[in-house]
Amino acid sequence: MQSLKSNLVQVTCKINGKEYTGMAEPRTLLVHFIRDDLNLTGTHIGCDTGHCGACTIMFNGKALKSCMLLAIQAQGADILTVEGLAQGDKLHPLQEAFWENHGLQCGYCTPGMLIASLFLLQRNPDPTEDEIRRGIEGNLCRCTGYVNIVKSIKAAAKKMQEGGKTTAQPS
Amino acid sequence: MTPKQFDYYSPASLNEAIQLLKTKDEAKVLAGGQSLLALMKLRLAAPKNIIDITKLQGLSYIKEDKDYLAIGALTIHDMLEQSAVIKSKFTILNDAASKIGDQQIRNRGTVAGSVCHADPAADLPTALTAADASYVVQGPSGQRIIAPKDMFVDIFTTALGHDEVVTEIRIPNFPLRTGSGYIKHSRREGDFAIVGVGTVVTLGDGNVCKDVRIALGSVNTTPMRAKSAESYLRGKKLDDKTIAEAAEKGPEGADPPSDMHGSREYRLEMIKVFIRRTMKLALSRIN
Ligand SMILES: Cc1cc2nc3c(=O)[nH]c(=O)nc-3n(C[C@H](O)[C@H](O)[C@H](O)COP(=O)(O)OP(=O)(O)OC[C@H]3O[C@@H](n4cnc5c(N)ncnc54)[C@H](O)[C@@H]3O)c2cc1C
Ligand code: FES
Ligand code: FES
Repeated sequence: MQSLKSNLVQVTCKINGKEYTGMAEPRTLLVHFIRDDLNLTGTHIGCDTGHCGACTIMFNGKALKSCMLLAIQAQGADILTVEGLAQGDKLHPLQEAFWENHGLQCGYCTPGMLIASLFLLQRNPDPTEDEIRRGIEGNLCRCTGYVNIVKSIKAAAKKMQEGGKTTAQPS
Repeated sequence: MTPKQFDYYSPASLNEAIQLLKTKDEAKVLAGGQSLLALMKLRLAAPKNIIDITKLQGLSYIKEDKDYLAIGALTIHDMLEQSAVIKSKFTILNDAASKIGDQQIRNRGTVAGSVCHADPAADLPTALTAADASYVVQGPSGQRIIAPKDMFVDIFTTALGHDEVVTEIRIPNFPLRTGSGYIKHSRREGDFAIVGVGTVVTLGDGNVCKDVRIALGSVNTTPMRAKSAESYLRGKKLDDKTIAEAAEKGPEGADPPSDMHGSREYRLEMIKVFIRRTMKLALSRIN
């Protein structure tokens, strides 16, 4: 019988501008690889079924649920996780806006919420409330009731337009 | 939740992918993975070999041809939603794609993946059935085209052989004075359809219905055409009364399940409601 870890493969990808290499079985989900092998625990797991959005990451420029991808598929990919949003001590405008507008309570959904919001604002820098709500349809929050999250994203849009900055540039 | 162990292949060409499907035991194509990985995590599926086609080049496109619109197999739902050609000329596909799951799912799930998964409650198979789409398929012995009525065989089952790959979806250009629309009836955004209805209607002189196709989703083991309603409409002047009379014939041949989202009786009733609404939506789009 095959031993459980018989078929490990090497996966190399760029996360938040830095190159990472780890070993994964083909069946390892990307979210587990990012959290358990690369120790980037900012990306959360809520449901593991593709519904809650807590595991949302930016994968080659698109917001995706990392529990719905295999680690091996990240070979050569360019990834942004919540850890890549701030520049040193300077929070990303989205993070500032969530802080200032109470866009979180327990914070469990926040990493995924931030990345989904970033994708939305990159595509649509000045979204209406309806567009914001649609943009975060794939992200569940059990605490806030969404009102302050929507407010935060609106405020972030304003900040980012004023700052002329709509993309996170990982250092 | 972790899938059962499998061997993983990322072929560099379509031919290589087909060879792998042919030679490897219990091999399965992986496209967006938004349905297959979910099944594998729940261990409802446990293929021994995964053939990942996402790195294949040249299968993600929306192209206008003289006679038809060609959509590459790996075109993601989001690309359908964003496409100007689809929005203006094949609006029914914009309606359907934009209602799938959420942004992250639309950023990864593919059109052919949705078709091959053949979930009777899925949105694109119903909309594509109304649009009379054909499916270009590549296998070990070459290419064949599967006709609209032959693709969906049973629940989660298509006419595809285990070593065949869908490469393109073709939608015949709609004639002048054609309008189309798809409405998904669900309780919450992102849920699967309780009933999904797609309609493509062409007007002749006056307000007379020259041609019409109505497809129903979530009410049978596969998407189905509401043939009685269609033939009732053809050749008639399309006013509210005629549309309502046709809608009464909509449930003929439907065999919907009862589940927590809606009873069989409720679904049969909703078929009528949403035939009326999609007919009006499609007509409102004819300029
Ligand atoms: C949270 C969530 C919500 C969703 N909501 C909806 C919804 O509201 N409406 C809806 O319609 N869908 C919904 N989906 C499903 C989604 O649309 C999937 O993207 C789609 O069903 C499958 O496409 P995929 O590219 O991900 O295919 P995969 O999951 O990779 O594959 C699905 C099946 O098709 C086969 N396959 C894929 N591509 C090919 C090909 N080119 N040739 C031959 N076989 C192929 C695979 O072997 C597999 O059997 C949802 C999914 C999730 C996770
Ligand atoms: S953990 Fe991935 S969507 Fe919930
Ligand atoms: S803040 Fe607790 S889940 Fe959103």
